[in-house]
Amino acid sequence: MKRQLILEDGTVFIGEGFGSGKQTMGEVVFNTGMTGYQEVLSDPSYCGQIVTLTYPLIGNYGINRDDFESIHPAISGFIVKEAAEYPSNFRNQQSLAEYFSMKDIPGIAGIDTRKLTRIIRKAGTLKGTICSIEENVTDVLEKMKATKLRVDQVKQVSTKTPYPSPGRGRRVVLVDFGMKHGILRELNKRDCDVIVVPYHTSAQEILNLSPDGIMLSNGPGDPKDVPQAIEMVREILGKVPLFGICLGHQIFALACGANTEKMKFGHRGSNHPVKDLATGKIAITSQNHGYSVNEMSVDQTDLEITHIALNDGTVEGLKHKVYPAFTVQYHPEASPGPEDANGLFEQFLSLIETNRQEGVYQ
Amino acid sequence: MTKRTDIKSILVIGSGPIVIGQAAEFDYAGTQACIALKEEGYRVILVNSNPATIMTDTEIADAVYIEPLTLEFVSKIIRKERPDALVPTLGGQTGLNLAVELAKSGVLEECQVEILGTKLSAIEQAEDRDLFRTLMNELGEPVPDSEIIHTLEEAKQFVDIVGYPVIVRPAFTLGGTGGGICHNEEELNEIVTSGLKNSPVTQCLLEKSIAGFKEIEYEVMRDSNDNAIVVCNMENIDPVGVHTGDSIVVAPSQTLSDREYQMLRNASLKIIRALGIEGGCNVQLALDPYSFHYYIIEVNPRVSRSSALASKATGYPIAKLAAKIAVGLTLDEMMNPVTGKTYASFEPALDYIVTKIPRWPFDKFESANRSLGTQMKATGEVMAIGRNFEESILKAVRSLEANVHHLFLQNGAEIDDALLQKRIRKAGDERLFYIGEALRRGVTIETIHEWSQIDLFFLYKLNKIVEMETQLAKNIGNLETLQLAKKLGFADTTIANLWSMKEREVYEMRKEACITPVYKMVDTCAAEFESETPYYYGAYEDENESIVTNRKSVLVLGSGPIRIGQGVEFDYSTVHAVWAIKEAGYEAIIINNNPETVSTDFSISDKLYFEPLTIEDVMHIIDLEKPEGVVVQFGGQTAINLAAGLVERGVKILGTSLENLDRAEDRDKFEHALQELNIPMPQGKTALSVEEAVEIATDIGYPVLVRPSYVLGGRAMEIVYKEEELLFYMKNAVKVNPEHPVLIDRYLTGKEIEVDAISDGKTVVIPGIMEHIERAGVHSGDSIAVYPPQNISVSIQEKLVDYTERLAKGLGIIGLLNIQYVVSKGEVYVLEVNPRSSRTVPFLSKITNVPMAKIATKVILGETLQSQGYENGLVPEKTGVYVKVPVFSFAKLRRVDITLGPEMKSTGEVMGKDQTLEKALYKGLVASGMKIYPYGTVLMTIADKDKEEALSLAKRFASTGYRLMATSGTAEYLQSAGIPVDITNKIGADEPNLLDVIRNGQAQIVINTLTKGKQPARDGFRIRRESVENGVPCLTSLDTADAILQVIESMTFSADAMNKLEEKVVQEAVFL
Repeated sequence: MKRQLILEDGTVFIGEGFGSGKQTMGEVVFNTGMTGYQEVLSDPSYCGQIVTLTYPLIGNYGINRDDFESIHPAISGFIVKEAAEYPSNFRNQQSLAEYFSMKDIPGIAGIDTRKLTRIIRKAGTLKGTICSIEENVTDVLEKMKATKLRVDQVKQVSTKTPYPSPGRGRRVVLVDFGMKHGILRELNKRDCDVIVVPYHTSAQEILNLSPDGIMLSNGPGDPKDVPQAIEMVREILGKVPLFGICLGHQIFALACGANTEKMKFGHRGSNHPVKDLATGKIAITSQNHGYSVNEMSVDQTDLEITHIALNDGTVEGLKHKVYPAFTVQYHPEASPGPEDANGLFEQFLSLIETNRQEGVYQ
Repeated sequence: MTKRTDIKSILVIGSGPIVIGQAAEFDYAGTQACIALKEEGYRVILVNSNPATIMTDTEIADAVYIEPLTLEFVSKIIRKERPDALVPTLGGQTGLNLAVELAKSGVLEECQVEILGTKLSAIEQAEDRDLFRTLMNELGEPVPDSEIIHTLEEAKQFVDIVGYPVIVRPAFTLGGTGGGICHNEEELNEIVTSGLKNSPVTQCLLEKSIAGFKEIEYEVMRDSNDNAIVVCNMENIDPVGVHTGDSIVVAPSQTLSDREYQMLRNASLKIIRALGIEGGCNVQLALDPYSFHYYIIEVNPRVSRSSALASKATGYPIAKLAAKIAVGLTLDEMMNPVTGKTYASFEPALDYIVTKIPRWPFDKFESANRSLGTQMKATGEVMAIGRNFEESILKAVRSLEANVHHLFLQNGAEIDDALLQKRIRKAGDERLFYIGEALRRGVTIETIHEWSQIDLFFLYKLNKIVEMETQLAKNIGNLETLQLAKKLGFADTTIANLWSMKEREVYEMRKEACITPVYKMVDTCAAEFESETPYYYGAYEDENESIVTNRKSVLVLGSGPIRIGQGVEFDYSTVHAVWAIKEAGYEAIIINNNPETVSTDFSISDKLYFEPLTIEDVMHIIDLEKPEGVVVQFGGQTAINLAAGLVERGVKILGTSLENLDRAEDRDKFEHALQELNIPMPQGKTALSVEEAVEIATDIGYPVLVRPSYVLGGRAMEIVYKEEELLFYMKNAVKVNPEHPVLIDRYLTGKEIEVDAISDGKTVVIPGIMEHIERAGVHSGDSIAVYPPQNISVSIQEKLVDYTERLAKGLGIIGLLNIQYVVSKGEVYVLEVNPRSSRTVPFLSKITNVPMAKIATKVILGETLQSQGYENGLVPEKTGVYVKVPVFSFAKLRRVDITLGPEMKSTGEVMGKDQTLEKALYKGLVASGMKIYPYGTVLMTIADKDKEEALSLAKRFASTGYRLMATSGTAEYLQSAGIPVDITNKIGADEPNLLDVIRNGQAQIVINTLTKGKQPARDGFRIRRESVENGVPCLTSLDTADAILQVIESMTFSADAMNKLEEKVVQEAVFL
């Protein structure tokens, strides 16, 4: 089934459709990871976006039971060079095409994804539509221009109600802005008694759960689109140790008076070197962000930049100079990607311990 | 900056000659490293015995020593140069072993030389099986059940516990020399014995076989600040059991999920950190295809063949950055030279798939055992890049130049099903093609998986190729199918065969339909950052990224994979040609497919196309680039063979024209030209049939030299002494027909002379003349060559110069030429003229300081030799004596006969230089790996035809104090001449026989001359193999024996009794 991918700049790609046959529109973004497509397509941070993978052979090891980062994928579409027809791996359960059909998400294969990536790199992230070959390009373009992309992605992917993921260790309230399962997995691994709460949970509601620590998850879109969360962080700051990842990091920055901005085409991949400014050490990190914290804006706050992206100097980590709180822009839970930064979870737990002891002596 | 400022000078150890397991990749690594260290302001001192390398050019390092890589000579250099530091990890296993030896000898301490980068203790921990296993246990990283053994007894005890099959890996050896898989006691006896012998520490690792696991490699880097990254991971298509150097490999891994990928990444980084590697390192792992269970197989704490491949596969220059890490720089402060925007700690992201296929020497060694195991057998490799697997592997297949352009064997249809199954079950060099054939016969993917253990993913892909063949056959002339086939990497030749068309017709048809490839950039970052790397590969996609500039350009064709007969020498010339083209103001574009070489380093040329060297692939690039012309004379026979096809398609060949190339290569035209020039050649004729061959040979008189026309490295060339031998040859070695004629020449016994020259049509510059130690009949590549000639008269020399000038002008040579002469009974005959760069170009260039490839390139571009400052004629001789000694890889190729003959067998070469011939020979022989003892035993088995000649050698051996040992026939002959000889039993007689003598190390030299009949069963063959396998020099040419004897004589003082008066009188009488 021939289908087309139309970009808002007028570029048209013809490819072979797979999965759902419906028309879809979204921001087109690229990810450079060579493995981990299952984690990428199920990462809620991609909510509303059409994702292309720069690696040309996708689906080689199939889709398995274990590697999802959410129950329902939130992406609007998937663009690949080649979707493996015959995956091979001992955990393989279905092919990419079978999975996309099941989930009713449109995919398109046979695209010169390198060309597409180069367009995005030059023009910045742009809107795109995957539709039938029959559609008139001009009509699609006009419609695309007229359509404003949704700004309520966090609401779409956050849990509707709180739920526990019990453990015998420290209690962590995990605010779900579109949380990857990986974060929960890491906390559970450390025996944390986790309670996952929706994105709009108030500071008081959280404090009522008597947490030892608060974790702000990753999530899709612009942090400024979730003002309730910014407010919540502002109120809770200093009361409980806090650790934020990705969107959680940006919300924390905004709550502390720094500013965020949209990047040209973002960082999405599994190979980004991040420098720890305190130790000078490099960690290779998994990243997925289209927004970042403005470096200059940090100056007037109580925040300190702890990590930067080595390649372009983007703020990748912050900590509060007064309160027990730190955040990172990248993904220490990996999945997919390297696990170099996994120690940050330990750091969070020891922050909790230190804080409890201090609390005792106060 | 963390760069070391307390050190000023650094010694770099190269890897020596090309042998199986250690090829051109170390020239690439060493060259990069030397340049990098110089860039940082250090004085670089380089030592390497291999003259055919870019790294031994005097521009690459501040002081270049072409000396034997032995403790003796390198210690001398250290004492003389007093370097502050040494980098041991760039010269392969040779460099590493030598560094360890230097440290142990105390010379490093004595001269206060610091080892940079990875510490010796780490190297030992990685290389010593016992230490390594202990470390892995400490780290909790799994290693297969194994046992370090020092005797066969210990091996048997281990097998009693774990059972067969077991893998034998000798410690501290190249490419797994002497190792293998044992399925039974017989194999265990054989392989363990050979493994223990090959290990310099008499130690082997016996390991429970995990054959069938996925074999995965990680190329990792770490700096002194403990930053560590993965440059690239690779997956072997052949599962564990086949040496990774002999495996078909893809990058990045294809069948690993992110969890598996990260699990193995974590393990690799954990190990490199625990070892404290500072630089590059290769970690090999085995992954269970059915679980998350994995094992660490081994770690190479240095740059390697895999790191060269990873560098070319990703664009990330591992050796260059490893050298900078060694002097203290860290990954976060060095820029990635590809993007110029990202840092060296950015892990490369690929957006293509790379396939590497090894190039094996079995076309030369027909009797060799072609099955693959833990002992590496390939001499070189090719790499191809594609946007899908099918494209990538098919491009790699046609890069091999092995008479295949598809998954298709010439005689595929004749093979019966049983053999097919056998060939797929047991890995061999042609397994890929047998799988293609099996799929074509309808064998299911699951069955092939069961036979081969190759992952289903790859088999599905191979099947897709076979399905496309069917599609093509069903849709002849259909453009849509054509496009799909091209996207899958099908060659026009394949499509033409299926469509019963000519290749060119398919090409034209595509051009008309605009089905042509575009070129994508290799940029380390999957297009995330703008890059300006001029490194491209072709694919049938939408967007072309190779922007043609308005500068005038010249295209240079490389020489493809390293194989016997076409080694690193041709890459050397190619690189120099590229540099000269740039210097002349043109844009230099190169096409090549060998990932090991300097020429495929994207920083060498203005533009690099990593593509197969076939007419189709080359034409696509020419269509795009529209160069001024193409240079073919530096890329060996690979490039020359493309000339005709290019001219036919209207492409201009720069330098010697196609007609003139043909005049030198086509036998009849050549003969005609020589007649015109009045230059003698051995009588000979071209035969188009067997009958004709017999007729010609009878006419000329035996012995005759027979060979197919247009050959590489004397392939299938033989000297035959009688008609029945000729008939055997015509029947077995060649397929004679009017399209493939066979040349029959009179075989002249005499001194062989080799001359290289450069001509611009008016002036002919001859940098030097080389004399071969071995008489004509031994391939020039296998002969010891001496510069300047030691035994030719002034008049002969004048004649050689005169003939060379006349030939160069008469054959219309513009650029380089190489001529082989034979001097027989005072007359000079021309054996052959190669209208191209030759094997000896780097050797001669280095000796004479005439940069031959460079000035020839300028000649090709239109500059005269005179304007470059060169006069007509022979360049004045340099002082000193220089010898080129061939190096063989026989120990790695079982069942190959080592006898020297017209067919080339050596894989590499070394240079020995000194003030006298004997000293130069000593160095050359020692550098080639030979141990020369001042006294000992020489074991002689001489064919009747050579006995007379051997007599004087025997006398001389005896007078140096060597003990002589021989089998009865030879012994009687020598005894009758009054030479004391010990008799040893013949093979098959009571033990101990002469094989035991060799095995027990009782002989230091074996001289065995050939009796006819080449079946391995012959005793001579067994003597020769036994010598090779036991590391005893075995000389099959009396000339080589004479040369070694000269060296021994010069090493020892004479011990002659005082002459008695009467004896003196007798002697005088003799002289009168």
